[in-house]
Amino acid sequence: MLNSLAAQAIFYVIAALTVGFAALVAFSRNIVYSAFALVGALMGVAGVYILLAADFVAMVQVLLYVGGIVVLTIFAVMLTQGIGDLAVSNRAVGPGAGLAVVALAGAVMLYATLRTPWHLATAVAVASTTYGIGNAFLGVYVLPFEIASLVLLAALVGAVTISRQDTPPPADGAAEKGRS
Amino acid sequence: MVPMSYFVGLSAVLFAIGVAGVLLRRNIIVIFMSIEIMLNAVNLAFVALGRRLGSMDGQVMVFFVMTVAAAEAAVGLAIIIAVFRNRETVNADQLNLMRW
Repeated sequence: MLNSLAAQAIFYVIAALTVGFAALVAFSRNIVYSAFALVGALMGVAGVYILLAADFVAMVQVLLYVGGIVVLTIFAVMLTQGIGDLAVSNRAVGPGAGLAVVALAGAVMLYATLRTPWHLATAVAVASTTYGIGNAFLGVYVLPFEIASLVLLAALVGAVTISRQDTPPPADGAAEKGRS
Repeated sequence: MVPMSYFVGLSAVLFAIGVAGVLLRRNIIVIFMSIEIMLNAVNLAFVALGRRLGSMDGQVMVFFVMTVAAAEAAVGLAIIIAVFRNRETVNADQLNLMRW
């Protein structure tokens, strides 16, 4: 088990990296920089998971987010060219009002976080969490688990349907019957 | 041990950054990535509080959030690409086809 000072130092380094990359994602002028900074932010969150002794969640975070969602996002960035030329400010609201909302929401959340008397966790021995997660998924959460697989199937079919190119209709008279 | 409020505070900061990205940026892909940041902030709070309670439920919830995030990524990016192909823009201010 890490001693307290080392754990806090590691937390500060990971938190600073995560917040920095997240800010780069949200505020970078270049969308390609945003997409690659998303990798850093998600890896930073995975590091915090490891600090919280959630090893399986950290591994899935790297596999699913960094390996899947970021690659999809970079594909979308590359397929939609010429998007760096657009104006970045919100003309409907304006940056002043938006920043005010963000500052208010962030201040409220931080205030609530720092004022709540969190009880200290009892020191848990670092053990693998895979056993408990598997038990939960096949026990209490088996129905949501199955529904999640249906959600993924529907999303897969929907994504393919939306993004496919429309094929040109065949020349003969039976053209309309073949297409839904 | 790192105090629990640090983790929840980091989650709050990340969520605020995501809200800022959604509110201040007009590029729909940046809005999309900011939503991913917000989902990660919520996941972080789930794991931290689940550890504090000594319960596995927080980590199980993270997997359901990740499932929805993956579905959102696939369908959302497909919609972005389809819209870009038809309208030649990803600026949210110009996507006003359904506005009356």
